[in-house]
Amino acid sequence: MTTAHPPQPRYVDGNALAGPLAEIFAADLTPALRRCAHCHTVSAVAELHVYTHCPGLVARCPGCETLVLRLVRTDHTIWLDLGATGCIQLDLT
Amino acid sequence: MSVFSRGFRGRRADSDTHLPPGQYLTEDFPVLTAGPTPRVDTDTWTFTLTTETGRSQSWTWKDFLALPQEHPHTDIHCVTRWSKLATDWTGVALDTFLDKVDTAADYALAYCYGDYTTNLPLEDLRHGQAWIVHEFDSHPLPPEHGGPARLLVPHLYLWKSAKWIRGVRLLDHDEPGFWEQAGYHDYGDPWREQRYWGD
Amino acid sequence: MAGHWRPATLLDHRREAATARTLVLHVAGWPGHQPGQHVDLRLTAEDGYTAQRSYSLAAPTSGDTIELTVQRVPDGEVSPYLVDVADIGDRSEVRGPLGGWFIWNTDQTTPVMLLAGGAGIVPLMAMVRARRDQHSTTLFRVLYSLRCPQERYYTDELGHHPHDDGLEVFFAYTRHAPPSQPRPPGRLTPAEIATHGLPPDLAPTCFVCGPTGFVESTADALLALGHHPRAVKTERFGPSKGSP
Repeated sequence: MTTAHPPQPRYVDGNALAGPLAEIFAADLTPALRRCAHCHTVSAVAELHVYTHCPGLVARCPGCETLVLRLVRTDHTIWLDLGATGCIQLDLT
Repeated sequence: MSVFSRGFRGRRADSDTHLPPGQYLTEDFPVLTAGPTPRVDTDTWTFTLTTETGRSQSWTWKDFLALPQEHPHTDIHCVTRWSKLATDWTGVALDTFLDKVDTAADYALAYCYGDYTTNLPLEDLRHGQAWIVHEFDSHPLPPEHGGPARLLVPHLYLWKSAKWIRGVRLLDHDEPGFWEQAGYHDYGDPWREQRYWGD
Repeated sequence: MAGHWRPATLLDHRREAATARTLVLHVAGWPGHQPGQHVDLRLTAEDGYTAQRSYSLAAPTSGDTIELTVQRVPDGEVSPYLVDVADIGDRSEVRGPLGGWFIWNTDQTTPVMLLAGGAGIVPLMAMVRARRDQHSTTLFRVLYSLRCPQERYYTDELGHHPHDDGLEVFFAYTRHAPPSQPRPPGRLTPAEIATHGLPPDLAPTCFVCGPTGFVESTADALLALGHHPRAVKTERFGPSKGSP
């Protein structure tokens, strides 16, 4: 059995969020700092661990891997979850 | 206005093979993950079934391997559009576990080492439709593919086949799991192309 | 607006390595960009099927023209098209410029260390070229880790000979080194970063770019050598989303 990917950490970082978030937010969030409520690590959004090999984009804290953001995009809809308390469905016209 | 890129085709379904709509065939086995790979020792591994009344039953790795083993041979379909045909697994049917508990629940929520969860109707775990598997292609299931054990429910999109499974909660109501909270379909039938909310 | 797609036309292309090509695209109304930024590029097939990937800008702002260097990913969906098929006049769309974190401000005079793993050299090259275009004398050290000479990009501009204008390049071949290189093949080590990079007491800004594994171990080495965490900026590349 072969796997498609070499054995290395399976994430990129928050730089990869710049394009997808630019559809939603007027400001570029990637240089902004975030303090984790869970582990208190301060890091830039650009430094989040971003998992892209899955049915959406999943961003996690680089300090503790706690879930920060989920984004799923189809042709006409964006689903954005910013804290696992309820996902926002943005219908694109 | 659409800008068309001359000569670009992208991945296409193999027209000779009968695949669910929007899928293409892969010979490879892509690794998809929404978080770090859990490292789970079979010495401490357990699988727990909890009913809607709160009663639970647990199995250790040794218990699990002592249960009747089956060898499902099946196609798998990922919502990211790849399909892999004729895959071979070894594991225990969910029917075997469910026979040990008393339940009138309609729904199930699978939960895992790590924070992954996924929901489905209890009926879809019964009647030879689902297994807890620990081998792929006669080899121990590697961690990146969900080892030591994962759920396998091949008639639904592969995100329902939760990797690193730890237990199943039986519930009276449907409780959306990790991807279902974020836009993905609560049921996920690939043949009806139920990928997202509202499909 | 950075979130909108703009039509792009291929103006020119040149081979960078056996499996990589630089594409020169015309993007009407391009707002300009900073060295280190990237674009998302989208291709559309005749039936409307689309695929998109992110590519770093390889050259600084130059009117309506942007440059991307694309590495062919084995069995990839987009890169084989861009490296082997796309020709002058062909159309695509780009979104950007993107990414306000991994940028070098040409006004800064603080020394700069650029650490590249493979294709990670691309956004760092935009910084090198911006520095040259501005006739800057800011101290720049480039440490370029790559598998073999066949995969080297920008050979005319990043030579094996030392420069005397404040730019120095150290090559760490990891699998096969050219005969002219005394260093045996192997990964870039912390000792080499210390020797060929810039010391922490110069407080250089460090840009690390490449595959995730390279970025993690290199960033860890910089911190262990005493560089301040806020002085180390990283950009991780990875295989494309989802499919091989």
